[in-house]
Amino acid sequence: MLTALLIFWPLVAGFLVLFSSNENARKTAFACAILELLIAAGAVFAFRQNPELLSLDRWWIQSFGISFNIAMDGISLLLVLLTVVLIPLIILSTFDHSYKNAAAFYALILFMEMALVGVFVAMDGFLFYIFWELALIPIYFICLLWGGKDRVRITFKFFLYTLVGSLFMLVGFIYLYLHTPGRSFNLADLYAAGASLSAVEQSWVFWSIFIAFAIKMPVFPFHTWQPATYAESPNAGTMLLAGIMLKMGLYGVIRWLIPVVPAGAAEWLDVIMVLCIIGVVYGSCLAIIQKDFRKLIAYSSIAHVGLIAAGIFTWNAQGLQGAMIQMVSHGINVVGLFFIADIITRRTNTRMIPELGGIRSVAPVFATLFMIVMLGAVALPFTNGFVGEFLLLTGVYQYHAVAAGFAGLTMILAAVYMFRSYQGVMLGETKSVTRAFADLNFNEKAVLIPIVIMVIVIGVYPKPILDISAPAVEKLVSIYQMAN
Amino acid sequence: MKAFISISCFAVLGLLAEIFGFKKKFFTIAVVGIIVSIVLAVMEWSSPWTPFPEMIGFDHYAIAFSCVILVTALLWMFMSEDFFKNEERIIDYTSLVLFTVAGGMMMTSFNNLSILFLGLETLSLAVYVLAGSQKNDLSSNEAALKYFIMGSFATGILLFGIALVYGSTGSFNLLEIGRAVGTATGEQPMLLVGVLMILIGMAFKISAVPFHFWAPDVYHGAPTVITAFMATIVKTAAFAAFLRLFITCFGPLKEGWGDVIWVIIVLTLFVGNIAAIAQSSMKRMLAYSSVAHAGYMLLALIALNEASSASVLYYSFAYSASTIAAFTVLHVIMSNGMPDDISSFNGLIKRSPLLAIAMVIALLSFAGIPPTGGFFAKYYVFSVALKNGYTWLVVLAVVSSLISVYYYFRVISAMFVTESSLPKPDMSGLQKTALITSMALVLLLGIFPEFLVRLL
Repeated sequence: MLTALLIFWPLVAGFLVLFSSNENARKTAFACAILELLIAAGAVFAFRQNPELLSLDRWWIQSFGISFNIAMDGISLLLVLLTVVLIPLIILSTFDHSYKNAAAFYALILFMEMALVGVFVAMDGFLFYIFWELALIPIYFICLLWGGKDRVRITFKFFLYTLVGSLFMLVGFIYLYLHTPGRSFNLADLYAAGASLSAVEQSWVFWSIFIAFAIKMPVFPFHTWQPATYAESPNAGTMLLAGIMLKMGLYGVIRWLIPVVPAGAAEWLDVIMVLCIIGVVYGSCLAIIQKDFRKLIAYSSIAHVGLIAAGIFTWNAQGLQGAMIQMVSHGINVVGLFFIADIITRRTNTRMIPELGGIRSVAPVFATLFMIVMLGAVALPFTNGFVGEFLLLTGVYQYHAVAAGFAGLTMILAAVYMFRSYQGVMLGETKSVTRAFADLNFNEKAVLIPIVIMVIVIGVYPKPILDISAPAVEKLVSIYQMAN
Repeated sequence: MKAFISISCFAVLGLLAEIFGFKKKFFTIAVVGIIVSIVLAVMEWSSPWTPFPEMIGFDHYAIAFSCVILVTALLWMFMSEDFFKNEERIIDYTSLVLFTVAGGMMMTSFNNLSILFLGLETLSLAVYVLAGSQKNDLSSNEAALKYFIMGSFATGILLFGIALVYGSTGSFNLLEIGRAVGTATGEQPMLLVGVLMILIGMAFKISAVPFHFWAPDVYHGAPTVITAFMATIVKTAAFAAFLRLFITCFGPLKEGWGDVIWVIIVLTLFVGNIAAIAQSSMKRMLAYSSVAHAGYMLLALIALNEASSASVLYYSFAYSASTIAAFTVLHVIMSNGMPDDISSFNGLIKRSPLLAIAMVIALLSFAGIPPTGGFFAKYYVFSVALKNGYTWLVVLAVVSSLISVYYYFRVISAMFVTESSLPKPDMSGLQKTALITSMALVLLLGIFPEFLVRLL
């Protein structure tokens, strides 16, 4: 029941916010998001006692074998926690903006939260697909209505890309469904149906589903929608996209792709690994040459996601555990970085690194917090990024040493582009736009300090997070090993 | 059967209204008539009354489709309330509409090819007149004439087909034809030609490519409310007839007509969706989109399995509800003096949030995006077609539905992004009812599809 509450409370809250006045909207939305966080805290307690408490299975469209089947294992719980922690921070990060039709804006964020939680807890293929698509509509409108100049074209490209992927995923799911013995979309039945297919059929299904996830993450070469969308969306939209939404793709691979068609995945493993590693190197290299700070973060995100995807496809315990913790870390870090970009842009009206400089001397608190978030992104030891990337690289190394060598470049290249941008933005002489740079106000500290604390705490003591996902990961690894 | 009799009686009553001088009240009477017929149809569900089983039979299939037609007609009456304001013509048009509904119900329930023909003609003749109902408007006249000429031609072909089928099976009765087709051995060229001719006649009525050429012009020229009528009620009736005929009679001959339908489907999907992109007139765009939707519904026909009728039923209801919503918005905008063009939708979210939200829901439903009825309808026909192994056809349908997103979303971005100084449109209470009801139907169908799925 708690899981259903987690899904439906944001929906109710969204309507509450939608019908509140524009002035009160953000406070109401923030309060609602905090309440959601408390519900999730309750879910963690229930999970500790007995994970069964969090599952709910009711028929939805019985004649098609579609049920409203939701449950949480460690993997789901971790991603739900990421969502409910980040959404209040994202809402808080917009407090210094004044949006037109604020009520609609915050309502859409909460609708989005509902769909995201739904994606992570759905245990029925059809239900998963519905939430997957539902997540797209609010973010489309957020980007379309509050985005930058070129938003119509770019948001449409984004929408179409994602829809292409998801429709083929739907065809893949229907194909599997028609091969289930009792005609059902239940996760376990889909696993059985997938395993019963021949290797060739599995390959087809694999690609039809993989493309949806690859576009969402995005994996090279399906990434072309991403940098422009990140750059043109309103800041909260970018945070939602990069912080949480791309985790939908990674999560999808873990739950709905590899265990469903293990032989198909094994068949194409090498190709996918090469694509992921190309993404790592390519994203990092492009990040180095970016002058626009937001685009730099966007490309660095392609690199990080490439590594996470590579870790998932190795499908060993280290790779998967690394992917889980790195998904959480990347979500936290990227939201922090985009918020930092937003702070800078709001004060200087530019996002171009060469036009900035010397901010450290006028805003020391900001400089310190930025430094720590950046170290997390660079994956320095004792930051959250290190734990994840270390495990991921261990996982990739078990797959192939050369692959790990290339994937390891991400750490070096990340240091290059991150330190260069820090240097360009924060160090040196102050320039005309940065001279009057005010240090952080209360709202901004309220967002960045929790992020910094999470960066350090997860880096120093990651065990609680690893413990949450460990049993679920082991179970998935054993499914795969049995099939191959 | 009772529903059919009652709607026919109300239609005839309309003809007397002028003589007995209650013509001002007849709009209300017609609405009551439709509601009474819905109630009668629903009541007959558990104990069908079929006095003439040789000719016409209101089985579950017929009642379900009749209810879709009647409910759509009710919503349509609400949306086009102002169309009936012109007192001189109110009687003619109202009773013509009721006759069309009666014709449509015959097409859902025929057991004999002669009833199919009668129903089709009752429906078509009334629609020919309705299409030309704006007597002083040149394009309305053009629409009526085009529709009439092309329509009669198609009817001729259909009739020829019926004659050939009669010639080779010796009966007009569906069951007997089905039996004869099932037991026939060897080559049957005359029968096959007859079936193909019937198929062409029906393809014309549902505006499938390459028999769609009339649709854009007629949709464009006819008054907006009549266009909505054609896109919903006429289409539902034609599909119900098409499917009923092919399920009961021509299933065993699928080797002969399957490939033809295959080609028709691919053409319909792509021509409809690609041509719609180039349109700036909303009515033409919706006309092409309606052509494309016929293609999706044909997927259920080509699969021809036990789930086909339920999926077409669901699809026609979801599509009709969304179409009514979209056309109500268009009609309100046009009757407020704005032209039939996408630019009339600019900035609609600020001018009238209700209209804009209704339009978004309708367009999302057309595009097949959850949680709308249109999504589940597409899902349903796709899965019906996949079940019979038409994987490539479904892949093509998916690709074409992606193309359609382009032109649907053009309207959305016009409504939400483009600024405009156009006036605020206003609408009557009944139109608001139609709008809100159809919106609610689209969403309810999407979230709780079970009821309709289980009906057949």
